[in-house]
Amino acid sequence: MKLNKNNYRYDFPIIANWVNSNSKVLDLGCGDGELLNYLKKERNITGYGIEKNPDNWLKSLKKGINVLQVDIEAGLPEFEDNSFDVVILSKTIQSMHNTEEILDEMLRVGKQVIVTFPNFGYWKDRIQSIQGRMPESEELPYSWFNTPNVHLCTIRDFDNLCKSNKYEIIDRLVLTDNKSVSFLPNLLGALALYNLVNR
Amino acid sequence: MKEKNSVGIVKSKKFICKNPLKLNSGVLLKEFELTYETYGKLNAKRDNAVLVCHALSGNHHLAGRYSSSDKYPGWWDSLIGPNKPLDTNKFFVIGVNNLGGSHGSTGPKSINPKTKKPWGADFPIATVEDWVNSHEALITSLNISRLAGVIGGSLGGMQAIQWAIKFPEKIKNAIVIAAAPNLTAQNIAFNEVARQSIITDPDFNNGNYYGKKIQPRRGLRIARMLGHITYLSDDVMGSKFGRKLRNKNYQYNFNTEFEIESYLNYQGDKFAKEFDANTYIRMTKALDYYDPANGSKKNLSKVFKKIKSKFLVISFTSDWRFSPNRSKEIVKALLDNNIDVKYAEITAASGHDAFLMEEPRYHAILQSYFNKML
Repeated sequence: MKLNKNNYRYDFPIIANWVNSNSKVLDLGCGDGELLNYLKKERNITGYGIEKNPDNWLKSLKKGINVLQVDIEAGLPEFEDNSFDVVILSKTIQSMHNTEEILDEMLRVGKQVIVTFPNFGYWKDRIQSIQGRMPESEELPYSWFNTPNVHLCTIRDFDNLCKSNKYEIIDRLVLTDNKSVSFLPNLLGALALYNLVNR
Repeated sequence: MKEKNSVGIVKSKKFICKNPLKLNSGVLLKEFELTYETYGKLNAKRDNAVLVCHALSGNHHLAGRYSSSDKYPGWWDSLIGPNKPLDTNKFFVIGVNNLGGSHGSTGPKSINPKTKKPWGADFPIATVEDWVNSHEALITSLNISRLAGVIGGSLGGMQAIQWAIKFPEKIKNAIVIAAAPNLTAQNIAFNEVARQSIITDPDFNNGNYYGKKIQPRRGLRIARMLGHITYLSDDVMGSKFGRKLRNKNYQYNFNTEFEIESYLNYQGDKFAKEFDANTYIRMTKALDYYDPANGSKKNLSKVFKKIKSKFLVISFTSDWRFSPNRSKEIVKALLDNNIDVKYAEITAASGHDAFLMEEPRYHAILQSYFNKML
């Protein structure tokens, strides 16, 4: 399950900026295939998407995406080392169980890795926490009892994870309402985008 | 009354190939015949043809009926017809009975030109490779230089793979359903039990039984019963039959006691009356022998190197004879070669047989894929 992607297009140009033309791209949790489609148009990429939701899978197929229904929690055994230029995990990491394993797998398969996630340190989420309830927002449109999100994190948390593992952050961008946030990003940023390589 | 979305009344055709065909076994067939059926129209560019390959017990009769009183339509009638997933308004669909079959193509029942008698036991074993070579001769005779697609389930899926390997220029799409790059030991084991039950049937007479009063049905019946069990899942048998009894109480004898026994006996009897024992043992052999990568997963990637077609690979969760993991081996080898591939794992209870069912997601996927093909 993925987050609501009603306003998802605004992160596409940033991702496209980090993807070289003619790259070979793997999109984990590719949803309805919009991102891959966008990258095809903007960057002439080739590639594959992985999607387990049957409705989204079919939407991807209808767009002509090479969509594969495999379980990424089990790793990426179908893919060889360094067989992709870019591996993307867009707004999906928070719902994964084997978070570190999948990041390691992405960096094994891809030369470059792009991860995006809703920042749980965002002030609107913090206020709801202080008020004594689980945060709900546009980026987190679930109640505590039906959320697929099991591993929410803040920008600081993710920075620390990168530090303690061998992930080098070559680019990081934080967005709120389609605008870049550079001042106090962990407090004022709603969506975080990371561009990683193996250190 | 006209049936909805049916191709209607159909007639089979005959292709006589005068060019010799050298089989994998080394045997040379100086000439051969293939019985086939077509549905829909070949367009002016001749680029809308889809070949449908059959599995173990299938044949060329895919859709429609031979007469209005015909009890059953062709075996994939749910898929093929006007406005069906494989839409005969758009596609020219070809079904062919494989060599060694018992539905009109050259096989054990045919007359051996040397002896002027039925081949019987002497008919050579034809393999997946041989079949695909013979299909290609048929396609060429129809003046089709490139197929829009080849589709098949199970053994039929193996033929679609072989088409993509052998004739990369002549196939645009391969649709491989509930298949595998080769059989597992367990699968070969099931086939061997089936063959032994046929071969040791005294009525089989070493395969020379044509024209005889008594036909070898006992072994074929058991082979079919065994096969049938393995094509279904434990769950679907449980939900369909469970421990339901034919009578109110146990009879304490060896007559049919449980519903599942009755079902299997019925299926076995029906099949044994319709199918040919010599064909059955040969089809299982074709399954056993197919192994384009000679047993090596790495090798499969090498074998796929020259493939130019796109692939759709589909598996079913409850299929334990051709499990999803076997389909993933195919997908992996395609990915290693950057080949366009889509892969779906359909949640279905009915086991291997699911590929013949009308599961909504399965048919929606095929429909969308075919729609994108033209």
